[in-house]
Amino acid sequence: MDNRFHNRNASWRSDLKESPVAKPRDMKNHNSDASPTTQPSQGRRVFLAQGAALVTGAASTGIAASANGQSLAGQPWERVYGAAFTGYGQPSRFELPVVRHLLRPYGDLAPGSGAALTPIESLEGIITPSSLHNIRNHSGTPDIDPKQHQLLLHGLVARPLTFSMESLWRYPMTTRTYFIECSGNSLRALLPKPVQIPAGAIHGNISCSEWTGVPLRMLLEETGLLPQAKWLLAEGADSAHMSRSIPVEKALDDALVALYQNGERLRPEQGYPVRLLLPGWEGNMSVKWLRRIKATDGPTHTKDETSKYTDPLPDGRALQFTFEMGVKSVITRPSSTMTLPRSGLYEISGIAWSGAGRIRRVEVSTDGGATWADAALTGEERSKCLVRFRLPWEWTGQAAVVQSRATDQKGQMQPPRKEWIAQYAPDNRFHNNSIVSWAVGADGSVKNVYV
Amino acid sequence: MYTSKWIPIAGIVVIAAAALAACAVQPPAGKPPALGAAVSAEEVARWDISIPPSGAGLPKGSGTARLGLQVYEQKCLACHGAKGVGKPADVLVGGVGSLASKTPLRTVGSYWPYATTLFDYVRRAMPIANPLSLSDDEVYAVSAYVLFLNGIVGEDSQMNAQTLPQVKMPNRDGFVDMSRR
Repeated sequence: MDNRFHNRNASWRSDLKESPVAKPRDMKNHNSDASPTTQPSQGRRVFLAQGAALVTGAASTGIAASANGQSLAGQPWERVYGAAFTGYGQPSRFELPVVRHLLRPYGDLAPGSGAALTPIESLEGIITPSSLHNIRNHSGTPDIDPKQHQLLLHGLVARPLTFSMESLWRYPMTTRTYFIECSGNSLRALLPKPVQIPAGAIHGNISCSEWTGVPLRMLLEETGLLPQAKWLLAEGADSAHMSRSIPVEKALDDALVALYQNGERLRPEQGYPVRLLLPGWEGNMSVKWLRRIKATDGPTHTKDETSKYTDPLPDGRALQFTFEMGVKSVITRPSSTMTLPRSGLYEISGIAWSGAGRIRRVEVSTDGGATWADAALTGEERSKCLVRFRLPWEWTGQAAVVQSRATDQKGQMQPPRKEWIAQYAPDNRFHNNSIVSWAVGADGSVKNVYV
Repeated sequence: MYTSKWIPIAGIVVIAAAALAACAVQPPAGKPPALGAAVSAEEVARWDISIPPSGAGLPKGSGTARLGLQVYEQKCLACHGAKGVGKPADVLVGGVGSLASKTPLRTVGSYWPYATTLFDYVRRAMPIANPLSLSDDEVYAVSAYVLFLNGIVGEDSQMNAQTLPQVKMPNRDGFVDMSRR
């Protein structure tokens, strides 16, 4: 771990050492691979040589070296010529510890199965950088050649059709900003004891991007759905051929066949070259690497909508097809593993979202839920999109428990943790939208706690 | 001062240009380009691997648990353990009657509502390092073996397109459909 990083801004940063994070990328190697323009520049050498000649020239004219110039304020990087252009930008090397938190239940047996969680504790605003977007993969990320990839629409349709990626690119496109949350997000908040890892490693299976693509409705109109078509089966071209059943109503409402994320073509781990996007619904229903949509008269009951992504109840039954993600919020600053260096004024900041639509209100408590204050919202006009909430907070140096609770446009409010747990079987890991609590100690340390 | 003088003029230029463009190009409003390519039933059949509870689309072929044991030991045991006891990957066997307890065990036998899902999933995704590699007979046989280990079918029961959808899974009625609520 880079010590400079920690000394520089320890107060609002989490201690990544405790988290099972990925190894930071090697910036040097990455850059040299990226583009020939990152090679040592001959131009720079020439420039420096000219500079030396100028200095020599000045000395020879009898002008004294200026003591004044040396005493002027200016850090070392202000006194040397900066780096050359690069073809594809990267974060500052000082930000290299900001990486996704890996959750790999099968370890090296299936290193691409599991999830990569967004480091929400290190991010601000609403949009998640594409490189830090959460990932839920069932059998790794496929390496798809877009020229070979096809999307097949068939089943209970008038005309079964295939679409090449080139043809999809010619359709009228729509751009929207939507969150994607895995329905297994916050499963680590259900461990028997609160685990002391950064907020993102617990609640980071949530991200928000600008998505651009073709409305699914447009392609379904071209194939012509038969009247008996009530469901669609969507299937990916990963080696799991991950598949989910979707009611036709959702497909005709706001489903998108997405080609772009945050302005650029989808990342491979986000479904390149084409993914389904079902705003507000369980993340894995937004099938990545989309290769086939079959119109059917009923649900297919795939493995990922029977044995997984069902919500077990205490009486032994389980809820099936609980598509919509519940109203939820998390305070990202301050959050677990951070330290407040001294008492004084801070800004509490966090994210809120609801699969039902817009966020109407986020309240914040700093006394463990005894009293609540309304936080200021950014982005609340958008539906099924992250909202940033903020509230100034004077920390007196006493122990405190900070919490947030969101209410959406339907009036649904986040439940307390105990209430949520009581609804389900002890092993349920899906749809945990209960209130998150962080305890600030008198020493300024911030811990994950159960209230 | 500078901007207040120039913005109205620039605006007029933009509006004029837009008006000209509108005259020159008549956009086909609301009409998508219809670029989908027709595809034959034979081609669709090569892609269509999803099997619903009715069994529609199940391929020809068959297999028994006795034959499935051989497939399992070669292709599945390394991850799912001898006789489906699990580790390092998911447990496949047992847990019937445990779902309402404090320690529920959710396996193919105790939790999965349809046997067709087993065939569908094994064919599309297993073995994890080499999916789409098993023959249909092998998929029927190894499905029969997992059902046999769970005491759901006999060791010599033939699993095929007709019999597999008839298998009644213990937890068939254990789910509450929330899709229309």
